[in-house]
Amino acid sequence: MNEAEAAKRVLDDAGRMQRFVNRFMEAVPHMQALGISYVQSGTNWAELQMPYAPQLVAYPETGVIASGAIFSLMDSAAGFSVFVTMGRFEPHATLDLRCDYLRPAKPGATVIGRAECYKMTRKVAFVRGIAHDGDPDHPIAHVTGTFMLTGAG
Amino acid sequence: MSALPPYAALLGIRIADGGGLVMPFAVHLIGSPGRLHGGAVAGLMELAANLAVQELLTGGQVALKPVNVTVDYLRGGAPVDTFARAHINRLGRRVANVRVEAWQADPAKPIAAARLNIILERSETDKA
Repeated sequence: MNEAEAAKRVLDDAGRMQRFVNRFMEAVPHMQALGISYVQSGTNWAELQMPYAPQLVAYPETGVIASGAIFSLMDSAAGFSVFVTMGRFEPHATLDLRCDYLRPAKPGATVIGRAECYKMTRKVAFVRGIAHDGDPDHPIAHVTGTFMLTGAG
Repeated sequence: MSALPPYAALLGIRIADGGGLVMPFAVHLIGSPGRLHGGAVAGLMELAANLAVQELLTGGQVALKPVNVTVDYLRGGAPVDTFARAHINRLGRRVANVRVEAWQADPAKPIAAARLNIILERSETDKA
């Protein structure tokens, strides 16, 4: 395979992945309600986005969105990082998730949530991630958590 | 101040008759098939914590800034109404430490437990 073919294949794979994941996510009503969609993923990480929307606001006087919405974004991104690490949509349940809110999200900005599954055992997946609103070096939130792989038997 | 923000309206959350908050079941709260999304439950618990802190603060404008929240998921959230009640572990001048439990049919069988630190930003006049 020459370089051009290899590049096309990567793009095709990325497009297939995007279509596949979007179909999956359309079946998750709460992600639809928050406007969360897929951005990209790698072998053990996933990136989702949540565009700014008035219904996400917690502080009407400033327009800052609810920390709870960021928690949902990061829970979803963390769950997706487990899916891509396993290579399949195997059922899993969040055991615990901690979110540190480093600073408020900028009103109007799309929030990006990126999470990685940094360790997978037979029954537990360990995840960590950040949320940012444009600059990954200045995150708005940091999360760490664990998932129980409920299909592991 | 006990007005709930737009995000609470999105989740359909309202103040429960016996105190605390209730999040009546709605399809858009679903995460994996037949289960509530963990983020929706976390959102309910954060709002319950904020409300409980606001209720104890009398006089002066105090803005609440979340520092962190840790949620332990104890049971899967069934597609039914969910309740949350907060307990203030400590209310200081600058920070509140709050724990919250969320349950459905049986308060003795919580579906999630949360712990939060919330910074209290008092207005200048209140600091005097």
